[in-house]
Amino acid sequence: MQTVTQRLANPTRFMQLSGALLPLLWALAALLLAAGLTLAATAPPDYQHGHTVKIMFVHVPSAWIAMMAYALVAASSFGLLVFRHPVADVSAKAAAPIGAAFTLLALVTGSLWGKPGWGTYWVWDARLTSVLILFFLYLGLIALRSSIEDAALAGRLTAVLALMGVIMLPIIKYSVEWWSTLHQPSTGFGSTVDPSLRRPLLVMAAALTALFFAMHMKAMRNEILRRRVKSLMLTEVERASSRPRRQPAE
Amino acid sequence: MDLGPNAVFVWAAYGAVAVVLAILLLWLIADGVRQQRKLDRLDAEGVRRRSARPPTAPGEGRE
Repeated sequence: MQTVTQRLANPTRFMQLSGALLPLLWALAALLLAAGLTLAATAPPDYQHGHTVKIMFVHVPSAWIAMMAYALVAASSFGLLVFRHPVADVSAKAAAPIGAAFTLLALVTGSLWGKPGWGTYWVWDARLTSVLILFFLYLGLIALRSSIEDAALAGRLTAVLALMGVIMLPIIKYSVEWWSTLHQPSTGFGSTVDPSLRRPLLVMAAALTALFFAMHMKAMRNEILRRRVKSLMLTEVERASSRPRRQPAE
Repeated sequence: MDLGPNAVFVWAAYGAVAVVLAILLLWLIADGVRQQRKLDRLDAEGVRRRSARPPTAPGEGRE
């Protein structure tokens, strides 16, 4: 009996399933985003940060998604190297630019929160520096893949680098505990943040997570189409070159 | 909406999120349209995947 991942490993089946799921995922993301932005707009000011606490509603979810996206890239890379799932490589390739975008957002929104809070846009503390390394790691994965012409080899080499980079996830997560940092400890789901501020945070996190998965699914569909185009063009070139040529008339 | 003396930082943060996500979404949509157009063009030229080709009658296609 096939497992769910084995069934999804078939690109044709993935296209059918994702074609039905994607509109629902876009709609869910839009609804959650509307609700999250409304809650964020009406949230009361924090007693210390004032209204700049509203930056938390986009900064914290961006940072969560930056790490989750990398975990997805790594899991997909594992699926490619160990199980040779054809869709696993598609998933890893599709997640990298989206993960890089969310990492950039975590860095930018963090800097914009840091200036009024800490008095500076940037400090080379462990949390900020490790997230910056994660951003460069994403860029490295994208650059490595695009620099190798053989797609299968590019996929495998990128997967190896992605798995090596997994070490960054616990470093980012525990950097605020292992080292003395200016960055505050993690804002978890069970944190002591007041419900009036925690509710918009959780809804925005759900909205941006739904948006991430919708964009990832769309990027995977695009990649499968790209591979189909490439495969058809190669087949056509091979067919054209193997046709017998007519002898020139003497 | 009065966001106090640091309003510019809040607006800049939400603006950055809106711009980056909009660029990402537009890129994904444009890429999807581009790939679909290429597939449609190949299809119009008769270049199809085996599963998408019409079934051939017995003896058809033999020289």
